[in-house]
Amino acid sequence: MTGPDVHRALSRIAHEIVEKNHGSDDLVIVGLQRGGVWIAEALAAKISQIEPELVVPLGVIDVSMHRDDIDLRPASQVAISHIPCDITDTTVVLVDDVLFTGRTVRAALEGLNSFGRPKCVQLAVLVDRGHRELPIRPDFVGKNLPTKNSDEVLVSVDGVTVTAGEGK
Amino acid sequence: MKHIRSISEIGKAGVLAIVERAKQMSEINSRPVPKVPALRGKTVVSLFLEDSTRTRLSFETAAKRLSAETMNFSVSTSSVNKGESLRDTIETISDMGVDAFVVRHKSSGIPWQIEQWTDASIINAGDGAHQHPTQALVDCFTVSEAFGVDSFEGLTISIVGDIRHSRVARSNVEAFAMLGAKVIIVAPSTLLPPDVGHWPVTISNDIDDVIGTTDILYMLRLQSERMDQGLIPNLSEYGNRFGLTEKRVSQLPLNARIMHPGPMNRGVEMQVDPSHLSQSLIHRQVANGVSVRMAVLFTALTLNDDRDHAIQGLSKEAAQ
Repeated sequence: MTGPDVHRALSRIAHEIVEKNHGSDDLVIVGLQRGGVWIAEALAAKISQIEPELVVPLGVIDVSMHRDDIDLRPASQVAISHIPCDITDTTVVLVDDVLFTGRTVRAALEGLNSFGRPKCVQLAVLVDRGHRELPIRPDFVGKNLPTKNSDEVLVSVDGVTVTAGEGK
Repeated sequence: MKHIRSISEIGKAGVLAIVERAKQMSEINSRPVPKVPALRGKTVVSLFLEDSTRTRLSFETAAKRLSAETMNFSVSTSSVNKGESLRDTIETISDMGVDAFVVRHKSSGIPWQIEQWTDASIINAGDGAHQHPTQALVDCFTVSEAFGVDSFEGLTISIVGDIRHSRVARSNVEAFAMLGAKVIIVAPSTLLPPDVGHWPVTISNDIDDVIGTTDILYMLRLQSERMDQGLIPNLSEYGNRFGLTEKRVSQLPLNARIMHPGPMNRGVEMQVDPSHLSQSLIHRQVANGVSVRMAVLFTALTLNDDRDHAIQGLSKEAAQ
């Protein structure tokens, strides 16, 4: 995906979020630290262009303390959660850059619970690269990208690139 | 970092990393449900062979908020009373399967001794007059929060009181100086440590000389035993010369802050009620104790070198 492709995908997802929720006024967009944060910001900005009267709070959540593989990963940089409002009885749209095993999203779902009980949680990702290890599926996808388990997927405003890993 | 035992062992990078991590923990503590599963399945033992209120309780709260199991050890009801040695006690508890010992003991150096008897992490919660590293980390976090800075370059911190017998002073002097603060210690000559010439500090014998220019006035507790030992003439004279009085509070610079590690001796080093003082950071020190000790436990139990070595072999898959 090129930069303009990313831009177009985000515009479509923003429209889909508004459409699926019937312009509902209890949306909260929550980006996953760190890759999902700029995407969440971009989606919130686009949604407020589409529906100017809608106020969409924007939060970020760091899931490192909720991971089930905390002992298997390199030390993560410190990132801080910030949820600007009570999320109980709201519709939370979790936003991440790449959906892979689903473990980050599972951790985020658990993390959200310590802030309140949303009416509903939806998931928006820019890239779904497959290889799920948990029963988790996205509601909004920028692009489905078939990858090998060992590939590395890099996402930025300038586009999405896949580099071959060592393979196994 | 497997063990948290002294500020010099932790090092500047370690102090900064723990202070940074504590910000994340502080956010967790502000949630409606302040609990995360980060240390699920780990067991933390509090082994306090000396009295403590805030350190012990904040470690226990910290362990619980990270979902670790906690074991409590109280000397008065243990086999220590039947004459069991410290080594046998440590080995016995280790056999039950524990991941960290939080130790307070009246003898300096105990955390290094214990390391030889167990594979668990050792967290020093105060060893004799030697070190109290988690108090220093709490105080660094508190200063960093109050002044909105990560580096203490340009800050003057005056530590007043019984420097000689204080493990808090030793840890704090080291940590504050490490982060760039100018540290002044203020005490009667009898309460200065013999090796003070090697400390990164300026020494003063008169609190009134430093009070007008200090950014932080850090008061230490004066134990009444010091009078029996003949180190100070009497408590009220000490209080007049080195205590914090209304007059001295009024001489502090506009943005100066007051700290005290607790427990306070009201009427001795604290002749004012600090809860009425807007400059006081004492309540922040206690509140931050939980966040910082969460960061300490998290660092010791999930970010230690053994583990980092083991995961180096893993592919980039985990990093995605």
